[in-house]
Formats: sequence, structure tokens, C-alpha cells
Amino acid sequence: MRLLDSLRLIGGKLFRRPATNGEMEEELRSHIEHRADDLERAGVTRAEAQRRARVEFGGYEHYRQESYEATGGHFFERLRQDVRYGSRVLAKSPGFTVVAVVTLALAIGANAVVFSMLNGLVLRPLNVPRSQSLVAIGQRDGVPMQSYPDYLDLRERNRSFDDVIAYQITRAGLNTGRTAIPSWVYEASGNYFDALGIQPYLGRFFHRSDEHGENSSPYIVLSYAYWLSHFDGDRAAVGRTIQLNKHPYTILGVAPQEFRGTELFFAPDFWVPMIDQEHVDGWSTLKSRGTRDAELIGLLKTGVTPAQATADLNSVAVYLSKTYPKDDDRTSFKLARPGLAGDMLGGPVRAFLGGLTALAALILLAACANLGSLFAARAADRSKEIALRLALGSSRRRILRQLLTEAVLVSLMGGAAGVLGSVLLLRWLSAWRPVPDFPIRLPVSPDAHVYGVALLLAVASGILFGVVPVRQVLRANPYEVVKAGSAASTGRRMTVRDLLLVVQIAICGVLVTSSLVAVRGLVRSLHSNFGFAPQGAVLVDTDLDMAGYSGDQVPVMQRRAIDAVAAIPGVTAAAIIDRSPLSLGWSSDVVFKDSTTDTKVSNAAAEAMKYCISPGYFHAAGTILLAGRPLTWHDDKAAPRVAIVNEEFARKVFGSVRDAVGKYFKTVSARIQVVGIVENGKYKTLTEDQQPAMFFPVLQSPTSSTTMVVRSKDSPQQTVTALNDTLRKLDPGLPFAIKTWPKEMDSALFASRAATMSLGVLGLLGAMLAVTGIFGMAAYSVSKRLRELGIRIALGAQRSEVLRAALGRACRLLVFGSAVGLALGLAATRLLSLIVYQASPRDPLVLCGVVLIMLLLGLVAAWIPAQRALAADPLMLLREE
Amino acid sequence: MAKNDLQGALDLLILKTLSQLGAMHGYGIAVHIEEVSDALLTVEEGSLYPALHRMEQSGWLRAEWAMTESSRKAKFYSLTAAGKKQLAVREKNWEQVVKGVQAILRFA
Repeated sequence: MRLLDSLRLIGGKLFRRPATNGEMEEELRSHIEHRADDLERAGVTRAEAQRRARVEFGGYEHYRQESYEATGGHFFERLRQDVRYGSRVLAKSPGFTVVAVVTLALAIGANAVVFSMLNGLVLRPLNVPRSQSLVAIGQRDGVPMQSYPDYLDLRERNRSFDDVIAYQITRAGLNTGRTAIPSWVYEASGNYFDALGIQPYLGRFFHRSDEHGENSSPYIVLSYAYWLSHFDGDRAAVGRTIQLNKHPYTILGVAPQEFRGTELFFAPDFWVPMIDQEHVDGWSTLKSRGTRDAELIGLLKTGVTPAQATADLNSVAVYLSKTYPKDDDRTSFKLARPGLAGDMLGGPVRAFLGGLTALAALILLAACANLGSLFAARAADRSKEIALRLALGSSRRRILRQLLTEAVLVSLMGGAAGVLGSVLLLRWLSAWRPVPDFPIRLPVSPDAHVYGVALLLAVASGILFGVVPVRQVLRANPYEVVKAGSAASTGRRMTVRDLLLVVQIAICGVLVTSSLVAVRGLVRSLHSNFGFAPQGAVLVDTDLDMAGYSGDQVPVMQRRAIDAVAAIPGVTAAAIIDRSPLSLGWSSDVVFKDSTTDTKVSNAAAEAMKYCISPGYFHAAGTILLAGRPLTWHDDKAAPRVAIVNEEFARKVFGSVRDAVGKYFKTVSARIQVVGIVENGKYKTLTEDQQPAMFFPVLQSPTSSTTMVVRSKDSPQQTVTALNDTLRKLDPGLPFAIKTWPKEMDSALFASRAATMSLGVLGLLGAMLAVTGIFGMAAYSVSKRLRELGIRIALGAQRSEVLRAALGRACRLLVFGSAVGLALGLAATRLLSLIVYQASPRDPLVLCGVVLIMLLLGLVAAWIPAQRALAADPLMLLREE
Repeated sequence: MAKNDLQGALDLLILKTLSQLGAMHGYGIAVHIEEVSDALLTVEEGSLYPALHRMEQSGWLRAEWAMTESSRKAKFYSLTAAGKKQLAVREKNWEQVVKGVQAILRFA
């Protein structure tokens, strides 16, 4: 009841204000009338009585105000007044308002974008019901993969999970009638959708009950996006039969729009039961306990903690390593957050976003410093107005409130503009496909959290820079100000404004330094030695299995394709490799010294990258053969097993590069002779430690996954067209994708490009803030001292002297701030080297660049005020005052 | 405490006046206080109305628009139950303040 009453009271105050206001006026008028009546009774004329009554009553407006305030709690009423007055004042100086709003829009927008990324990738869980109880089950060493037989054992033997699902990302050719298109697939265990609690948008999903042994469940479930783009959103698509790698499959249903798989970065085109792995991949690892290729997500039972679940899983692990010592020797499990490849990507993503958040916060801080000094300068300029208001009886509190309201108003406008801009940018980012032919996505669409944070930041920053001029206002003496006019004293000591400017320039220095370091790193990574020469090469990516080739047909077809392509006029080299280095995904195998007899994992000499190549590959790829002989077509099944290894392999397994040729090593299943050594290269990522690598002849280790490397004297465009024709003629049913090798490299460079881009943008923002900050400070100091400068000019001062007087201080602050920023930036870029390839802070080019940029910024920002100072006309100035 | 009590004197005067007169408008209250105190106490309009509005807000007074005998519209204030309680408290307080002040004045 109480609450209701007070609510009604507040409501009444909010909405019935004008009525009460009028009532108060009427009451005061009635008082005057009564007094006049009394006076009239004492013998004065009515007119005179009324006049005297009014005089006696005195400052009518003042009482009204006081009485008004006595009733208390006019928060909203006053807020309305302040907002109205504030917006009028802001509208009167549009230049200032626009600069302030744009500054804040940039800063808050940057923060909103960065926070959305943080929100989408780190804070927000997978978009499924019960997402809080999902955990990824990985190996103890962080590798998020398990084998299918182990998965079955884990699923049946654990006591902590309601269910455990398995999935694996792969590619398959989907033929909907015209041509086969390579598409991205999740192979999922039958319980996948049921365990996650997803309901189909159309049709139905596959279930565990659909699994009756290998290849028994020829169904696919389309993702919403794929259904829209490849089936035009046709509801009749459900139930249709399509060709999946030439096997007939039925479209069971369509997943809801908001469910895009269980990897945040990776949205599949469709889902297919894992039990059909042989159809999809061309081979099956479902029975191979040693092949760890499936990601596992468990749904924790209610009340079971992750620690209890880990203990439970590891008791299963003990059973597994006892029962299958060959494959599961010393197996142990670890839980991780699902969504980022079992958290394998989580570390770098979190580090990167953390850094980005810090930088964005710095931007906002710089913007606040910037606006703080702008507002302080403005308050000084408005000292006359403030003095007048004080003299008329306004309280200082009221004036401060009004100034603060103005500041928050500006920051809210800036925040709104910033959020608008960031929403547009984020929409674009969410739809962006940074890597061609690969469904990477950034799940960063903004939600309520983002808007909340933006609002909070806007209000907080408004208050932050709004309080800067408080001391100034509190100290203001109305009589002095009105008497002295606008020529305030020109103090020599360091003011708050100066300090703010130094802070701002220093922050900007940090941002510029780190973005330059990142850009340098990227440029260098583009010119580093990959161990192959992507320039001028074209890749044809296909999988013969998608076109229905299997077994012995595969090498025959590969040979035919190579011969056909090599016959294209202008082509100088053509060869195949199962998967080009630095593309997404890789395979590796453990190797043993020749002397090792017990080939269990713990006795391995190294884990080496494994590639299958055709003869002529090194020539086509531009990899240098250091010793031995290249592979030939005679290295076939009938010949002894051979391999070519890289320097790192030779050093690790044989101890030296020089006499490795001719020696033997072992894999789990074979003894292999080294016939050649090639240079080292990059295989998984640009920032990897040097990896050992081995190259097997494709005839001895057949592979259906095929990437053809083609070099030609013609332009890449011509080559692509010719390749297209030739391969279509060879087999119209073969799905393939052609692109230039440098383009394919985009995926490898994606991380450092993204990092460079975001750092570059932040650096740019910082630079813009520095310009507006220096400009504001210089313009203000020039306008304050314009009269003094005019007198100096009149007395014969030289241009350089005038400039020194006008801008010397700004320049000193700039130099000081830049030095601090540079030092801090260099310290901070040490962190950058974790993400950006070859980021070195001690790069003379970077140092010079930073110094140059800061000087340039200062010059640009001080240009207009300097012109104004030089153009000061003493006559005009003296006449004006 | 002393500051509030002395300021509260006006509130006390108004409350007491209303308890004596029943309902009365602002001007009437001012005139009454002046007459009864033989012009020793005059009430500033600038303090009177804010005080009335404040006490109305606090729920000690209720207000109604009505016609005076000279047929002018005026806002009549009267005590609420809470106002009567408040008056008793204030009267007691005031006596103590007066006693205290007198003790100080007579201290030799």
C-alpha cells in the first residue's frame, strides 16, 4: 500500500506538474488580493492597494521557486528543464556538438563492437537449451578429439552425463541435380539433435534409433542458411533425394535458423549421421580406436560438477588403457568449454579479445580526456553566462547539474550514434566470410547485453568528462568575471586540461605504436619463407571420392587428370598433393627410429606432418630439394616404400641432415627409406614452431583427397578457365574448386590479418582522437590569447615568435605525451607478438613511423589554430573589446 | 538540533494557529499570528508558503479551495491527525528549547 502511494505521488509529480504549478500561482495571487482588500478597507484606493500589496509581497517569482522547491522531489521536472536548456545550448554551437558526438560515437562504437565479439565468442554459450551443462570432452593435452570406439565406450560407461554426442567436420560433394558442389558437413552421432534439445524448423531430425550399422542411415539435415541459399527456401525440399558423393540421400528436415552447429566459428551446410562416414569421407574410422577424429560434447547430469565428471571419465580412461593398451595407453580426459574446438581456440581468442578490450577501453578513456578538456574549455568560455546565472540567484549545485546534464546528453547522443554504427558493422561481420569456400563465421550479432553495456559506457563517460569543469565552476566569482570580461588570466602552471591532453596523447601513442607493429608483422609474414612459392600457382581442390571413385580407380584418375592438365598449353608444371600446406586442416603421424621395435606412441621419435604427393610436386610447388632424388611414377605399390622428408625431420629422427638420405624410419605399419630431403616450411600455421614433415608417393599411400598445384606461363585467369574446361571434359560429375594459391593462403593469414585490421582501426581511432584533442587545446589557447597575440604583432613580433607564444605549450605537451605513449606502446607490443606473426617492437621502422605519425598529427591538428594566430589583426582585435 | 528547532518555530506557529482557527488560508494565518502576537511576530510570505507546502507534502496539513466571506477564492489549510500529533511533539520540544535558552541567559 505504502509503495503504491509513493508511486502515485511520484506519478503525480511527473505528470501533473503544470496544474500544481498554476495552483501555486493562484494561491500567491489570492494572498495579494486579500492584502489589497485589507488595505482598501483602511481607506486606500483599489488600484493603489493592489500596487502596494504587490510591492510588499516582493520577489514573487523567487517565492514561487522556493515554495516549489519546498515541496521537494522535482527531479524529473528539473531534468526536463536541464535537457531542454542543454539541447538549446548545444544546438547553438553545432561545431562543438558535432565534434563531441563524433568523438564519443567512435569511442563507444569501438567498445560496442569489441564487447559484442567478447560477448559472442567468450561470454555467450552455444545457442542451445541447457547450454550451461554442456562440456567438451578432450584429451588431457588439450586436443579435443576422440576416436569413435572410445566415444561409444565413454557414452555407455560414464555415470555423469545425461548423454554424450560426437561430431566431426568434413567435406562432401552434394549434387542436387545439376552439378556436385563441395560443401561442409557435420558428421554427427545419432543422438546429436535429441541430446542438444533442438527442434526441427521443417521435417524431422535423425535419431539414434535410425542407426543400424555402417551406412544404414542415408539422411541429411540441412542448415537453415543452406536451405535458403541452395533450395530457395522451398518447403518441398524436405523428402527430396539428392546425391551425396554419388550415394542417394534423403533430406529429412531443416534445422532452425538460430542453431548453427556446435562450433562457434563454424556453421555447417548440413548434418549427416556419423554412422555413414564411409559414404561421406570415402573411408571409415568408426572401428579404428587409434584414430582420434571426433569432437565430443557431454550433457552434464543435474547436480554433477565438472570435477566429478572428470574423475568419472578418468575412471573410464583407466578401463580403456587397460583394455586397449595399444591405442589408449595412458589416456586421460579433460573437460573444456564447448564451441571453440574444445577450447583449443579458446586461449588465443580470449587473449586477443582481452587485448582488444583493453585497447578499446583506452580509446574511450582518451575520448573522455578529450571531451573533458573540451568541456573545461567551454566552461571557461561560458564563465560570463555562469556568472550571470549565479548573480541572478541560481545555486552552484543547479548550475553543475545543468552542465552535467549537458555532458550526459552529449554522451548519450554519441552512444546512440556509436551503437548504430557498430550494429551496421556487426551485421556485416556476422555475414562476412573471411575465408572463401569455408563457412567460418563470427557469431557477433549484438544483443541486449551489448546495448546495456553501451548505455552504461555512455552515461559513465558523460559523467566522467562532465565533472572535469566542476572545480572551475565552484571557484567562479560572478563579480570578478563580469568585471574582468573574457580576458582571463593566462596561467603558466600545469592545469588539469594539460594533464588530460598528455594522457590522451600518450594513449594515442600506444595505439599507433601497436597498430604499426601489427602492420609490420603482417607485411613480413606475407614475405616470409613458407617452404613453397604460392605466387603464380593455381590450386584445384577436389575429392575424387565425391565423384564416386574408390580403391584403385583413384590413382588412375589422378594420373589422367595430371596428364590432361599438363597438356594445357602454357602449363609448366602440374602435380598433386592430398592437402596443400597452410590450408585448413592437416594430418600427422607418429614416426619411430629404425631401431625401435615396440611401436607404441610413447616410444615415438617425432610426430611428423604427413603429405601424399605425386611426382613433380616439389617442382610445381616451388619447394627446393636439398639432397637425394625426387619421387617418380616408379615409386608404386610394387616398389619398396620411400619418402622425402624435410630438414627438421632429418635432424629430429636421424640427428643430422647430411647423411639422412638412404636411411630408414618406421611408422606404426611400415619401414620406409628416405630418398630425399627438402627445405623446411610452414605447415599448420604461420606462427608454429618448426614441424618435421614427410612426403609419401601417392601411388604407395593412395588418397582420394586431391589438390592439384598448377603453374602456367599464362595469367591466372586464363589458367583457371582452361583448367575448368579440361576438368569438366575429363569428368562432368567431379566437384572441384579452383583458386589461386595466394588466395587460398588467406585462410592461413586470416588470424593475423584480422588482428592487424582491428589494431589498425583502433590506431586510426586513436590518431583521430589525438588530432581533435590537440586541435581543441590549440584552438582554445589561441582564442584565449588572441588579443595578446594581436598586441605582440602590433609591437613587431616575428611570425615564429607569435607561433611559439601561441602553440609552444601545445607542442611541448605533444612531445611529452608521445614519448610516454611510445614507451608504453613498446612495452605492450610484447603481448602482440603472441598473435601477430613476427611482431617485434624493437623495429627501427616502427619507431620512426610512430614519431613521424605523431608529429604529423600534431602538425595537422595545430594548422588551423596556427593560421588563426598568424592572421591576428591587432587593429580589429583592439576595436572589438 | 538547535538550528532545526529554531527554524521549526514557524512550523509550530502555523500548526498552533490552525489548531485554534480550524481551516484558514495563508493570508489569514499570517494576519492571525501578527495580531495575536501584538505585531511582535511578522511572518514573511517567502517563508510562509514554502512551509505550508512542505507540511502539506508531509501529510500534516490538508488543503482545499473554498470561498472566503469576502467571496474570494482561497486555499484553506487544516490539520490532519498526523498534524495534530506533530503539533504536540513540537510544543513539547519548544518548551524545552525555551527552558534551555533561558537557563543560558540567566546563567551568572
